Amino acid sequence: MNKKKIYSSWFLAPSMIVFSVFFLLPMVLSLFFSMTVWNFNGFEFCGFDNFIMFFKEDSLRIGIRNSLLYAVLTCVLKLVLAFFIALFLTSKIKTKTIQRSIVFFPNLVSTVAVGITFSALMHPSKGLLNKCLEFIGLNGVDWLGNTKIALFSVIATDVWKGLSIATIIFIAGIQSIDKTYYEAAMMDGANFWQRLKAITIPLSRSSMNSIILLSFIGGLRSFDLIWSMTGGGPGFATDVMASIIYKQYAAGYYGLSTAGNVIMFVIIAVIAFPLQRFLLSKEVD
Amino acid sequence: MKKKKSIKYIIGDIVGLMTCFFVFIVPFIFMLVNALKDRREANRLSLALPEMPQWQNFVEVFKTGDYQILTAFKNSIILTAFSVLGLVVFSAMAGYVIQRRKDRTTKIVNTLVMAGLMIPAAILPTIWVMQTVHLYKTMPGMILVEIALQTPFTIMLYRGFMSTIPIELEEAAYIDGCTPFSVFRKIIFPLLKPVTATVVILDAVTIFNDFTNPLYFFPGKENLTVQVTLYNFMGQFSSSYNMLFADVLIITVPMLVIFLIFNQKIVDGMVAGSVKG
Repeated sequence: MNKKKIYSSWFLAPSMIVFSVFFLLPMVLSLFFSMTVWNFNGFEFCGFDNFIMFFKEDSLRIGIRNSLLYAVLTCVLKLVLAFFIALFLTSKIKTKTIQRSIVFFPNLVSTVAVGITFSALMHPSKGLLNKCLEFIGLNGVDWLGNTKIALFSVIATDVWKGLSIATIIFIAGIQSIDKTYYEAAMMDGANFWQRLKAITIPLSRSSMNSIILLSFIGGLRSFDLIWSMTGGGPGFATDVMASIIYKQYAAGYYGLSTAGNVIMFVIIAVIAFPLQRFLLSKEVD
Repeated sequence: MKKKKSIKYIIGDIVGLMTCFFVFIVPFIFMLVNALKDRREANRLSLALPEMPQWQNFVEVFKTGDYQILTAFKNSIILTAFSVLGLVVFSAMAGYVIQRRKDRTTKIVNTLVMAGLMIPAAILPTIWVMQTVHLYKTMPGMILVEIALQTPFTIMLYRGFMSTIPIELEEAAYIDGCTPFSVFRKIIFPLLKPVTATVVILDAVTIFNDFTNPLYFFPGKENLTVQVTLYNFMGQFSSSYNMLFADVLIITVPMLVIFLIFNQKIVDGMVAGSVKG
């Protein structure tokens, strides 16, 4: 029997219809609407004005810089920390099951709830974090109120929450490595770091790639944590692309908001797609 | 030599558990003790135990805004249940065909789906589309948007799992005269059970905890979801942390229950999914 008949295209229809109407169509429309001044009732064509505005205004341009910084830093921190945690949790320690569950836990708490809790922990005068610093004789820091630090505080919180997924992907990767490699290496007298460099890192490459892509793209798109912790402030210090898109929408500048969306597509197309290519080409089978 | 090793692991256990405790458990204890304090005490934001546990905080939270949190729970549960149902049925069918049939159509579909994994939603045009089909600010509209946004990830999981199911079963069924749809329904779908469990848990947690999409696509006084209520509470109760944390706990409990029941399944399922993905 022919394959087209058995695996009928009708099976694809429901998901593709929903996906096309509510995801692909809006994406294509955004290319057009980003070049207009519009609301839901009408539009007026204005060429590239929205994009020019985006790059000219400091309060808008900062979003691009912050989003990139956010994506790169969360990605690198999660990758490095999760790797060592996963290494630790796949070793012969006894309490690894319970520790794995604890590490996974933040994943279930909603981002808004995490935002609320950490804003309280980072409170400048009463927060637990500063109390601890005072206890060991250091000066407290205004974690979310200082324009130079606020973004990094949010990044640290994001890492706290996102570490679990990265760790689990790494655990899966490390567990699937054939144990005989290690036995052979031990036989040849390779020490811990040599085994790490020659076996664990190259053979958990595909997990590493998933984590890099997931957290990089997640970082570029991040909105709810920033919105619930700082609302983009103080000033515009923690505004990222997604929060600017929301602010412009709330202020009624639909064209600018849509242009922000298109810039996000372009950044992802320019960075993430080649990154994926590059990472896949490096993968060893 | 052997003894030295085992001491090293015990130290590892202790250090690991202590780090876990300070990094992951303390914030949770912090929420819990402050949810049980009275207003003045909670606003000190300390880790101290409450002088007198104030259980009525939880009642208070439910009463706020004319029991709006109940409406929010109802909405969130309906949204999560129907979205997950739609995702399981639609994506299982699509993942099945994409993995089994390799021709131009399925290649294009596959590329679109993979691109959808990376690209964020174009928000305002989505609202425009929803308004055009009269689904903006309605539950069915919100459900369809959640389905559309989670489709790439869900199809990816199903497609990955399909490759572990032998094709001979289907061929035998066709020779016996089954129709394509009954083959899927009676043979394939039951075999997809493990990955369906993963999909249900992961998509349910994501959609229940989703804040951004309801904020954009489901505004309005009647259309609250739990995460949006939590966000509104933040403004309303900015000076009474006890209420804020009581609300946080009420909203986190359903996920916590799921976690305690499916603890090992979630972690194993994610491990399996990410290996095959």
